[in-house]
Amino acid sequence: MSLKSPLGRVLGLGSAGTGTEHWIGQRLSAVAMVPLTLWFAISLLTLPSLDFYSVTAWVAAPLHAVLLILLVVALSYHASLGTQVVAEDYLHAPGLRITVLTVLRLLHVGLAVAGIFAVFLVATRAPL
Amino acid sequence: MSQVSRPLSPHLQVYRWQISNTLSILHRLTGTALALGGFALVAWLLALASGQAAFTVANALLGSLVGQLALLGWTFCFFYHLCNGVRHLAWDAGHGFDKALARKSGIAVVTGAVLLTVIFWAVALTRVAA
Repeated sequence: MSLKSPLGRVLGLGSAGTGTEHWIGQRLSAVAMVPLTLWFAISLLTLPSLDFYSVTAWVAAPLHAVLLILLVVALSYHASLGTQVVAEDYLHAPGLRITVLTVLRLLHVGLAVAGIFAVFLVATRAPL
Repeated sequence: MSQVSRPLSPHLQVYRWQISNTLSILHRLTGTALALGGFALVAWLLALASGQAAFTVANALLGSLVGQLALLGWTFCFFYHLCNGVRHLAWDAGHGFDKALARKSGIAVVTGAVLLTVIFWAVALTRVAA
């Protein structure tokens, strides 16, 4: 049974009936990124050098490559959900709003794909 | 649909500025800045994948004055968003809603973020100097 008025139902007003997944996804990716980002920050500080060969060797280690891919995926997903909420809250002009939301989503999908591919390339190219 | 321009929540014209809303705004600002930082991180990884020449250029950009300032900003944004994010997760689990405690945890989050940023850069600069 719906408590919406018939007019409200026709106009599509009221709660969307979805959103739980967005909320949980944002928190899940947040929890994942606590250890992942701390590992990344500490790694940057403890790498012997930040030159091409040291960073390549570090990224190419299988465990590091997997953790970096997980970081890139969690980051892209979290940033996509977060910037989406910011855009939804502050942009009200319909055309601008849908344009920005579309561009944001596509950019973040691209971000994840580019990050995964970059790590994969470095890992497969580097001599073990 | 008829459009009436009514004042929108949170009614800024009657809202008293306080630490909790400042930190909430800061959480969004740092999050947005960190999203940009994510693009910089992936650009750095792509440069690494592209080869030594591209990676040298990327590191030179990050090593420039503007690059270093951006990295400093992102470091603070990261530690702030991390600490305040954990605070949000505690709230989501139903803890720390008490007004006095929320204020204290807010101050703790800012202090922690500043301290962690200082420690991170102190270690980084010491390692560069060594």
